[in-house]
Amino acid sequence: MSTAIPSAHAHAEGGHAPFLQHHFREMSQQFDAAKIGMWLFLVTEVLLFGGLFVGYGIMHARHPEAFMAAHHHLDKTMGAVNTVVLLVSSFTMVLSVWAAQTSRKKLLVLFLLLTLACAGTFMVVKYFEYSHKFHEGLLPGKYYSHKGDTVPGQFLFFSFYFMMTGLHGIHVLLGMAAIAWLVWRALKGHFSSAYYAPVEVTGLYWHLVDLIWIYLFPLMYLIS
Amino acid sequence: MNWFRDFLLPPGASTHVGEMDGLFMFITWLTVFFFFFNGGLIFYAVRRWRRRSAKEVTPHITHDTRLELVWSLIPLAVVMLIFLWGFKGYVKAWVAPNDAMEILATGKKWVWEFEYPDGTRTLNDLHVPVNRPVKLVLTSEDVIHSFFIPEFRLKRDAIPGRYTELWFTATEPGIKQVYCTEYCGKGHSDMLARIFVDTPEQYETFLREGDEQVRKMPLKELGRLVWENKGCATCHSLDGTRGQGPSWKGIWNQTHRGADGGEHRVNADYIRQSILTPQAVVVQGFEPIMPTYQGLLREREILGLIEFIKELQ
Amino acid sequence: MSEGVLYAGAGHAGRHADYLEEPKGLWSWLTTVDHKRIGLMYMWSVLFFFLVGGIFALLIRLELLTPKQTIMDAETYNRVFTLHGAIMTFLVIIPAIPAALGNFALPLLLGAKDVAFPRLNLTSLYVYWIGAAMAVATLALGGVDTGWTFYTPYSTTTGGGVTLMVLAAFVLGFSSIFTGVNFIATIHKLRAPGMGWFEMPLFCWGMYATALIQILATPVLGITLLLIVMERVLGVGIFDPQLGGDPVLFQHFFWFYSHPAVYIMILPAMAVISEVIPTFSKKTIFGYKAIAFSSVAIALLGFLVWAHHMFVAGISLFAGAIFSFLTFFIAIPSAIKVFNWIATMWRGSISLEAPMLFAISFLLIFTIGGLTGLFLAALSTDVHLHDTYFVVSHFHYVMAGSNLIAFLAGIHYWWPKMYGRMYNTKLAAISSAIIFIGFNMTFLPQFVLGSRGMPRRYFNYLPQFQDLHVASTVGSWVLAAGLFLTAAYLLASFRQPKGAPANPWGGRTLEWETASPPTAHNFEGQPVLQHGPYDYRPEPAPVGVKELAH
Repeated sequence: MSTAIPSAHAHAEGGHAPFLQHHFREMSQQFDAAKIGMWLFLVTEVLLFGGLFVGYGIMHARHPEAFMAAHHHLDKTMGAVNTVVLLVSSFTMVLSVWAAQTSRKKLLVLFLLLTLACAGTFMVVKYFEYSHKFHEGLLPGKYYSHKGDTVPGQFLFFSFYFMMTGLHGIHVLLGMAAIAWLVWRALKGHFSSAYYAPVEVTGLYWHLVDLIWIYLFPLMYLIS
Repeated sequence: MNWFRDFLLPPGASTHVGEMDGLFMFITWLTVFFFFFNGGLIFYAVRRWRRRSAKEVTPHITHDTRLELVWSLIPLAVVMLIFLWGFKGYVKAWVAPNDAMEILATGKKWVWEFEYPDGTRTLNDLHVPVNRPVKLVLTSEDVIHSFFIPEFRLKRDAIPGRYTELWFTATEPGIKQVYCTEYCGKGHSDMLARIFVDTPEQYETFLREGDEQVRKMPLKELGRLVWENKGCATCHSLDGTRGQGPSWKGIWNQTHRGADGGEHRVNADYIRQSILTPQAVVVQGFEPIMPTYQGLLREREILGLIEFIKELQ
Repeated sequence: MSEGVLYAGAGHAGRHADYLEEPKGLWSWLTTVDHKRIGLMYMWSVLFFFLVGGIFALLIRLELLTPKQTIMDAETYNRVFTLHGAIMTFLVIIPAIPAALGNFALPLLLGAKDVAFPRLNLTSLYVYWIGAAMAVATLALGGVDTGWTFYTPYSTTTGGGVTLMVLAAFVLGFSSIFTGVNFIATIHKLRAPGMGWFEMPLFCWGMYATALIQILATPVLGITLLLIVMERVLGVGIFDPQLGGDPVLFQHFFWFYSHPAVYIMILPAMAVISEVIPTFSKKTIFGYKAIAFSSVAIALLGFLVWAHHMFVAGISLFAGAIFSFLTFFIAIPSAIKVFNWIATMWRGSISLEAPMLFAISFLLIFTIGGLTGLFLAALSTDVHLHDTYFVVSHFHYVMAGSNLIAFLAGIHYWWPKMYGRMYNTKLAAISSAIIFIGFNMTFLPQFVLGSRGMPRRYFNYLPQFQDLHVASTVGSWVLAAGLFLTAAYLLASFRQPKGAPANPWGGRTLEWETASPPTAHNFEGQPVLQHGPYDYRPEPAPVGVKELAH
């Protein structure tokens, strides 16, 4: 079925492409593969959250009063601050990719650190929100112990609130770990216009994490 | 080929049987036909074109659009026929006639409880009259169960927190087996019930005297069953606690003071009167809210209650 | 098949040692990123769990020999059938062909050196092992008695190791997703030069369709399983009717994954058969595009039919009609494939080697499995047959019969490529016959049991069903004998010298162009495609030249 010909790029010898893995013929092929892989992974993420969104939608439709009453316990200001923080972080992430593409090492490190700072801010705000809820007994499922409710069934809302923001929070933490790893590699000078796939695909992931929050915020904080 | 159908399917005993059996046998023959058709083609090909030398050259046939259309469109037509046929039977089994008698069936680990329109309850034995449409309203108290009567070709899940329906008209008297077909734990395979398809006379007897289980039960036990199942327990405690109505503990032979001031000894006549015409005497301090049980309890059940109260010292 | 043949073409200096030999040592295997080694480790893991799940199956059949208790009590029985189902589904059938054979063969068939993400590939294997260990560890927590479907509210209220088992399935889902991501990226980016989409061997199309399902369905199962964990741990209420939730919602979520998952099981089987039949008929595949597109069609249609598992679970009449209607459309691509395979054999030069015998078994068993699906897709017959042994038998014909027999066909087909050794072909022919007979003896009686009214997951049964249960149990022993025979001669082949030629079957796809077993990098240099995958003409048409339909 074939003739084996020695490939010009067979083993990437000579060190002109230090990050080319042995089984790829050229950098562009490796880059495309990485992007396809990340997009596919993002599809699985969307579906993972999709299951929760559908569950939330169905329970909301069945218990509209409970969800309405429960969402008043959320702090809209904190939610809005976090939304802005994440949007800014998406922007600095875009700038990071640009800096990597144009081989600006210092700017790359700066923008990655800014993104990391935004993510950290998000988690700190989240911490204050959570501790407030814990204090009030606004907990999921059978641990719900808030006093003085007039509408029953509010624990259902908090079940979803904690599951969805919790899962999202885990994704933010994972994203922070990935960005920290990028900072480390950027400091070592790995990235340049010839090789920036890790920055690009981490950026894709980070945008998805933001996007999910953009849907979570109105869904949870702004029920009308 | 009735023997083949009788081999594959249990005897049919409801009005849904004809529809389902016809389709079942149609697909069965289709399966048998295609198994032997494909098998025959493969067998023929292997015999006819078995490799005899390594140098054999085969024709290079990449595809044949007409042939492929044939073996796409013919199956499509056949499966659409099956779809319509199956849908027809399903719709028929879905919509119960308006005059169907309604019976509530509740599944719980691992028994079926039936409640008839007149309030009678039975456990695991369902009595229905022959040739009359019956609608079962199914629900569950714990996990999901499923109510399956092979001889009626019917099945429906009993789901906690929901009501599902199933209806049938039994076509011949006799006893039909019911299985639970949704896995529900340790006793799943023992969660068996029976449907007694009664002749009109048998059914009348059942309504008048209860099922065999009740008829054989000692009076005192029957009384307790009635207390549990007919709503007495909601208002009348057995331990002296005050409820909507007076507790039954130790009232036998005691004196009740009525709201009108009169005194009444608690004896068989007084209890019977309190059940059938509860407003005649209302015990002082209680609201006159008890409904009459006239026509809802059988004579033997009233006797059972009297025996039961007698023992509650 | 002498040693001379193997090394004759490899006389030139600098020939690398094959992938099995170099590098050496257990550690080199545990840290390998070579898709072939990962494939083999997957294969042996899957075969080990097939043995475990198979022993549970034999125990189930033995228990059912008599209507009452035979060898275990009801609670043990419930745990045994749950483990049988969970192990066979999550640890055997789903990874069997894609993760084991797919990992081994896909890059070879594409002319690639490896999959796109070799480290992710190794990760998926470790994730699989972790998930498997968690599943086995549930035994220490008193087992799981929910059935592999984890229906709520039973699964959220019963005791034992349900939480751990559900988490195991969740973890195993990641292994499946990683494999799917890898395969799609590999197929997109690592095809040999000259290999267009329609010059790919059909195995790759099958893997592509499978990977689509793995990516699109598995996350939904993941979140569903997490919701069960949350329900058990926190009492979140979504599936609990007493808390305002809905147990039937779980079934929707579950089958949204698990019905497509059925096609994770059958599409790879079809993919293997599409390779085996042309090779042993020495004739080009009939209707390449029809087979390729029908794989993708099955994958996509598979997402639209989940509620056909719920015709008696209180879904509306309208929903029932829609889901039944859509389900029937799956029948068409399946029928197309079967007829195309038979047409491929037609006027071929058929050689009945072991892989072909297994492929023919597959054709017959899949015909029964597919057609009995019509009973369950049709509404009125499904009402009678749902949750009876008819269903048990149907899905064993499709999942166990078709998938595992295709898995065996693939193992026999690529064994010489994997190990460079041949097995005893006479014993292989005999065992394929024993397996075919044993399988049908086990499961044909179950169709009749089911249509007569025997419900599934029953520990006790009424005496009227005993004759057929006995027949089925005896069949299970025949089936087991056939499988043990297969294991015996495959293991015995390791005592043979590495004498298998590069192309023992006369195949025309790229994996046969390299040595058996291949070197670590698969090919000496980059192979370039010269002709289509199943072109058996003496002078095949070069790729890129469009042929006229004959």
